[in-house]
Amino acid sequence: MARKTRVLLGKMGLDCHTIGVTVLAQALRDAGMEVIYSGLKQTADMIVRTAIQEDVDVVGISSLSGGHMRYLPEVVEGLRAAGAEDKLVICGGVIPERDAVKLKALGVDEVFTMGAETAHIARYINGKMDERPAA
Amino acid sequence: MDLVRDTLAGGQLAGARLIRLLDDEDERGVAALRELYPHTGRAFVIGITGPPGAGKSSLVDCLIAELRGRDTTVAVLAIDPSSPFSGGAILGDRVRMQRHALDDGVFVRSMATRGQLGGLSRSTFEASMVLDAMGYQVIIVETVGVGQDELEVVELAHSTAVVSIPGMGDDVQAMKAGIMEIGNILVINKADKEGADRLEQQLLTMLHLRDYPQGSWLPPLVKTSALNQEGAAELVDSFYAHRQWQIDNDCLESKVVARELHFFQELVRDMASRRMLRRVGDSDAYRQLVSDLAARRVDPYTAAERLVAQSGL
Repeated sequence: MARKTRVLLGKMGLDCHTIGVTVLAQALRDAGMEVIYSGLKQTADMIVRTAIQEDVDVVGISSLSGGHMRYLPEVVEGLRAAGAEDKLVICGGVIPERDAVKLKALGVDEVFTMGAETAHIARYINGKMDERPAA
Repeated sequence: MDLVRDTLAGGQLAGARLIRLLDDEDERGVAALRELYPHTGRAFVIGITGPPGAGKSSLVDCLIAELRGRDTTVAVLAIDPSSPFSGGAILGDRVRMQRHALDDGVFVRSMATRGQLGGLSRSTFEASMVLDAMGYQVIIVETVGVGQDELEVVELAHSTAVVSIPGMGDDVQAMKAGIMEIGNILVINKADKEGADRLEQQLLTMLHLRDYPQGSWLPPLVKTSALNQEGAAELVDSFYAHRQWQIDNDCLESKVVARELHFFQELVRDMASRRMLRRVGDSDAYRQLVSDLAARRVDPYTAAERLVAQSGL
């Protein structure tokens, strides 16, 4: 059987705007991926632990209330510290362009802003999975 | 990363990766499992099954808390369904268990059924061996939400609890064969809800009407409320009581043998049919057989008989 793409989707801090993340979860499911939904109020430690235990390929953080500059670098650093830097880290939501540039410089692989289509996100993930070495 | 050594040392990266390889049917997973097998067989495997929305995940969350309070390490395999159309899945069981996310003594893994019927995923059995080798003392297997006849968990778990909730049907439902028969423990969850007492009476009646041979285990009825965090201690006690009963009555050994035999037979069946199809599946004779079947020129029994004979068995 081919390797199945597993994606962790979560929201961090007090951000409780869940519609985007649930729409994306269903879209990725329909694209054939296994989506682990962490729920709300995650800390970076919780995301890292979950990403490791579930052995996901992708960690996706939805951020709609301005916490992205605080939380995303913590997730990237936490994964690295735990030896799980092989995971793709993406985020989406209300993220100003200048922050997106900074986040990418800090190790976030891709940032999807308002208006990003779910099909586009699925294609991006599939493209990255295809680039992976056959390990 | 050394899959075998790190898994045996309890490493979460290695154990999680190994479960992944096994789930993806990657042969490196099987290679590691061959080496790990002698180190398995130590964990107490508990099954939690019941209909969708019965509160299984929330109940598992309470069980984790109770077991951790008793200084027992816990791993959870939480199964959710794969889409029959896309093959994708949304695995949401661990949402209910978030308070244990930072506990080093807890490991939660979500698995998708990937087309497997019976309430478990294709590789749940193998994943349980990995967690066993990692050293977790109790492994909780939470099935998908089941209907009446998904009983596979009984083969995997040493002790199984069937979770019911008020309002799911009358006493005829309780009498039916299948899921209600398999519980070593019967749980009424959402016992804070109206109808819990009536359900208790129905289940008690069902149990009384059953003809238990002398000396057999009588499934206890445990009322729980995951909402109010009630009943978890009694449920954990019941699991250990069942285990002790199995030990005292020399049933544990036969259960362990039956468990390994079940997995072994599945493996043999799988391997034999794959090899057979590999050997004859690409032949003209096979294609002829299939078209004869479709045209009703041959019946499926005769066709199967011929196919198996052709492969030399």
